[in-house]
Amino acid sequence: MPRPPSPSIPEKEFLYASLKQSLRVDGRNPLEMRSPTLTFGSELGWVECGMGKTRVMAQVDARMVKPPPERPLEGIITIHSELSPMASNEYEVGRPSDEEVTITRMLDKVLRRSDVVDKESLCVLAGQRVWHIRLTIHCLADAGNMLDCACLAGIVALKHFRRPEVEVVGDEVTVHHPLERAPMPLSMHHTPFCLTFAYFPDPSTLPVLDPSHLEQRLSTGLLSVALNAQRELCVVQKAGGIPLTPEEILRIVNIAVEKAKELDKIVETRLREDWAGRTVEVR
Amino acid sequence: MSTILPGEAVPAQHVNLKLGPGLLQLSSADGKSSIISTRAGELNHSANRSRWWIESNARRYVPASQESVIGVVIARSGENWRVDIGAAHMATLDGLAFEGATKRNRPNLKVGSLLYARVSLAHKDMEPELECFDAQTRKAEGFGELKGGFVVHCSLKMCRHLLDPKHFLLPMLGAQFPLETATGLNGRVWINAKEAKTIIAVSRCIEAVDSDGGGMDEASAKHFLGTLDI
Repeated sequence: MPRPPSPSIPEKEFLYASLKQSLRVDGRNPLEMRSPTLTFGSELGWVECGMGKTRVMAQVDARMVKPPPERPLEGIITIHSELSPMASNEYEVGRPSDEEVTITRMLDKVLRRSDVVDKESLCVLAGQRVWHIRLTIHCLADAGNMLDCACLAGIVALKHFRRPEVEVVGDEVTVHHPLERAPMPLSMHHTPFCLTFAYFPDPSTLPVLDPSHLEQRLSTGLLSVALNAQRELCVVQKAGGIPLTPEEILRIVNIAVEKAKELDKIVETRLREDWAGRTVEVR
Repeated sequence: MSTILPGEAVPAQHVNLKLGPGLLQLSSADGKSSIISTRAGELNHSANRSRWWIESNARRYVPASQESVIGVVIARSGENWRVDIGAAHMATLDGLAFEGATKRNRPNLKVGSLLYARVSLAHKDMEPELECFDAQTRKAEGFGELKGGFVVHCSLKMCRHLLDPKHFLLPMLGAQFPLETATGLNGRVWINAKEAKTIIAVSRCIEAVDSDGGGMDEASAKHFLGTLDI
């Protein structure tokens, strides 16, 4: 089946004309995000994140493995992301689209290479036993800006996850079942959030945050910024599109910092609420 | 009215039986025929039990003959246009299937143009075909290119509701401001009004009332419309 067509001429003209008047089709302000909804599963590390109709599910699990000889003191983190035709008819099985490649690479940069999880704390017995943390991301529905949603789901899943406690006596490793000893949260350095801005061909149109599906299709460039609430910039990605001045990027980063602070608050509140409602039984 | 699953037998018997969406007639060698369902949903029938159909919700459109749809022109192939109607396959639209179209005088459509058309052929083994006029009278009857405005995507149940004259939404919006709509049964609704603000308000209302989105009832939709800046 061919790729779905680009939006029709009336849709394109209407979107550009209304963006010029700073009106967005879903009634948001240009720099307003859809507020994320986080749903936690009964298992630790299972999160479903929804932004409007975009929905992503993330799940974390941990296994004990032997570390590779070149890094005997570090745990391993792998990210599996899957974009199936379930999310949108734009995605096909077996042939990754550009967007899919971008999402996979960005998830890797934001959640793994920016050193979110302290890898050394995942080491159990040097050179013998380390934790292998596997993050699986399933995109359930795409209504625009899947990247931000996937990054948010991933980071919340890592924060929500708790690994079983381990006791090491000499060379003996004992893994305590979660029912025996309370499981431990992963030690995290920081919590980066990814924010995407869409630019439009008309230079007088201001960029919009968290583009919807239609806005994303009609934009001439996307700028994704990943940073944490402490103003530490992790990733800036801009693959093609219209050129931007350094001042413009600095302006966007400053806006993104405020949004990251808001997101951080939402995530912390939701995690606390979930933890309060959860009874972890320890015998 | 009862809930039904695909494959269930339907007790539909009438001398002049008409089957609607989601029902299939199976005939066997001994001349007997039975009716089964092909969809999950609510089984409905008319008062005299001659017409039967299944009411269900979906997002993926399956073309059916004589349904009006909204499509986007994808390409031109010789005499015909290829149109995307949101179904599994592209539909073909004959270049002469317009009011007043002749070999010399063709409609001026571009790639990306929006069309309101009727499915003239829907067969499981063939690509669907469209027409923009009534084949008997050769009059447009509202079909043709849609200029300006905006397209809202909604669930298939929602666009059937919008075509129902008893549904509250369009009369409620029409009482507030003048607007133009064309509802396709493929889950696309074209709307046009004077101002961009009004079009956005209409599109948000449709999404809010859609059972896939907000699922608002009349009172809350009225309240929601009041909160919008129009």
